Amino acid sequence: MFDALTDKLQQTFKRMRNKGRLTEADVKEALREVRLALLEADVNFKVVKEFLSRVEARAVGQDILQSLTPDQGVIKIVRDELVQLMGSHVERVRMASNPPTVIYLVGLQGAGKTTASAKLARMLRHQGRQPLLVAADIYRPAAIDQLKVLGEKIQVPVVTEAGKTPVQLAELGMAMSKRMAKDVIIIDTAGRLHVDDALMGELEEMNRRVPAHEMLLVVDAMTGQDAVRVASAFKERLPLTGVIMTKLDGDARGGAALSIREVTELPIKLVGSGEKIEDLEPFAPDRMAQRILGMGDIMTLIEKAEAAMDREDTQVLAEKITKADFTLDDFRAMIEQVKKLGPLSKVMEMMPGMGQMAKLKNKVDDRSMVRVEAILNSMTNKERQRPDIIDGSRRLRIARGSGTTVMEVNRLIKQFDEVKKMMKQMKGKKGRGRMPRMPFPPLG
Amino acid sequence: MAGFFERLKQGMSKTRTGLGDRIRSLVGGRQWSDSLYDELEEILYEADLGSQAIEVILAQLKDSVRQRHPERAEEVVALLHEVMVAMLESNPNPYQLPDQRPAVWLMVGVNGTGKTTTAGKLAQRMKHQGHSVILGAADTFRAAAPEQLLEWGRRAQVDVVHQAEGADPAAVAFDTVRAAMARRLDLAIIDTAGRLHNKTHLMQELSKIVRVVGRECLDAPHQVWLVIDATTGQNGLEQARVFQEAVRVTGILLTKLDGTAKGGIAFSIHQALHLPIAFVGVGEKLDDLMVFDADQYVRAILGMEDRELD
Repeated sequence: MFDALTDKLQQTFKRMRNKGRLTEADVKEALREVRLALLEADVNFKVVKEFLSRVEARAVGQDILQSLTPDQGVIKIVRDELVQLMGSHVERVRMASNPPTVIYLVGLQGAGKTTASAKLARMLRHQGRQPLLVAADIYRPAAIDQLKVLGEKIQVPVVTEAGKTPVQLAELGMAMSKRMAKDVIIIDTAGRLHVDDALMGELEEMNRRVPAHEMLLVVDAMTGQDAVRVASAFKERLPLTGVIMTKLDGDARGGAALSIREVTELPIKLVGSGEKIEDLEPFAPDRMAQRILGMGDIMTLIEKAEAAMDREDTQVLAEKITKADFTLDDFRAMIEQVKKLGPLSKVMEMMPGMGQMAKLKNKVDDRSMVRVEAILNSMTNKERQRPDIIDGSRRLRIARGSGTTVMEVNRLIKQFDEVKKMMKQMKGKKGRGRMPRMPFPPLG
Repeated sequence: MAGFFERLKQGMSKTRTGLGDRIRSLVGGRQWSDSLYDELEEILYEADLGSQAIEVILAQLKDSVRQRHPERAEEVVALLHEVMVAMLESNPNPYQLPDQRPAVWLMVGVNGTGKTTTAGKLAQRMKHQGHSVILGAADTFRAAAPEQLLEWGRRAQVDVVHQAEGADPAAVAFDTVRAAMARRLDLAIIDTAGRLHNKTHLMQELSKIVRVVGRECLDAPHQVWLVIDATTGQNGLEQARVFQEAVRVTGILLTKLDGTAKGGIAFSIHQALHLPIAFVGVGEKLDDLMVFDADQYVRAILGMEDRELD
């Protein structure tokens, strides 16, 4: 996410690390680098200024200059201030005590309001709510169709009616929610090219008739210096309660995320982290700061694993592993589970220490996984159950069928054999809790 | 060209009040002193110009200032305009089609930049110029994207080749080019799904579209327009770089220039990659899509009136 910024900060501090002790001039030098990194990351100019003066005030002339690991001290200050900048704790979407909860999504064109509306509806449905979507973007051609299709996919009803104004549609949504016994109404509003009076007036009127409990501004993470201005302009006219930051799965450095909270005091509540409908996550400022500093984000990974993996499947798999009757079918199931976590490169990004290995990350793209899967899928059931029957001609067929080479098929089978051997050993040592490193999946 | 300037100025009125007024209030009537460079730098940063471009601009500005010894700050701003325009050399007419028909244009870019809308506008514009045009809805990922393009097709009275959601985009592109050839049309404009440039498999999908189109039709695609949202920050540079590597981008189409207080990313991209900026979109209307003009563009960014330069 914040790869480039992380790299820059790490380079800077590495240089400081090599020097041992820090002087006041060193701190200033490092902060100049931080300034450039932040500016290149699209952090708002004014925010950068204030941020640096805060860090400097804390870093210069403090005991950390006397300490043996001053760079750690500076990193800690930068990290603390980054967390501070992004809001110090996780902010959730609040539900009204008296349902239905009304949630508006507003923002500029192309920010991703419609997609975010559907993602939010899906998330709330998974939390046991009964959401209803209102398609109130009557201006962009096919925006309503888009929401309808998405609503069908996530099994959330979409309210709309040709010829109605956005205000009427909001009211219709409210009426329908009562009739359909829905407890959350998510209203997807129209985007505009720039903040104009007509748009604001319309939103104000909608909010007057159907008051919002949450009014979330949808902002593209790739936005530059303008993000803060847009957020401020919307906030002047509308009772915004928070921000959804979209497209954070790109490599934009996301300075907008840093800036908006600071300037508008609006918390970032959710982030869009992928193209799939389930790719919407709570924004965790402390984790994000750790990530910026290359400290990894193991918590997100663990949470994702828990949410994505099928508990029963995992248990069956674990049993098989302990009993050592692990077949290629099980291996295929394992890959399916890992795939649910998202692209491997993204998973690796979250591992502590992995963020630095940018080069490695490019190599571990998901193609290697796809190839292994293709090989497995090109085998017959019998072959997967009893890999020992896979002879030369079968290997050739599998290679052809999967578009790989016999060498790759051989490697996979060999590695599988090794894992099986290891599992047998584990079975023997059962109870000692030692888990050997598995050479699976074969990558690169 | 007055029309262009006027509309760009209207479209970029926020830019003018933001950047132009700041420059004016900063330098207005003041004697030039070198301490003002820092302020200029700050203003350029706020315009999303990016550190590399700013470094080059300021270095060249300092050279000019040393040679010409301007006394008043306004003269330095005029020099700044000169330097910035020189960095954005002008380009041949992007509407020009090659002799060989059909010509194939491809719209690419990250999500939400306005590819579909711009594809529709380009189709309409080319149709008005007397060309026969066909649109291809190769965005098979976003729900209802073909419907959006179909609406544009209706407005422009141009046929739209499309398939079901989830179809292979290369197949749609193939069909579009085949249809254009069979009907002996002048131009096929293919809209593609928005994709983040750091997703390898999606970039490969795009390369496949280019390969397939190139097999059917010599030298196709003739133009690959990278659509960039003018509100984009420094990430626009990386977008341009990766798209160029994957599909040989031929020009930049800068959209939503009226929605931004800057548009400075154009500098970064042009300076780093030498990609021409072919079009700018300054509004929602058809006429708001215009051919890029460096001189007018920089004037509008700096909030300079014509008389200030004469």
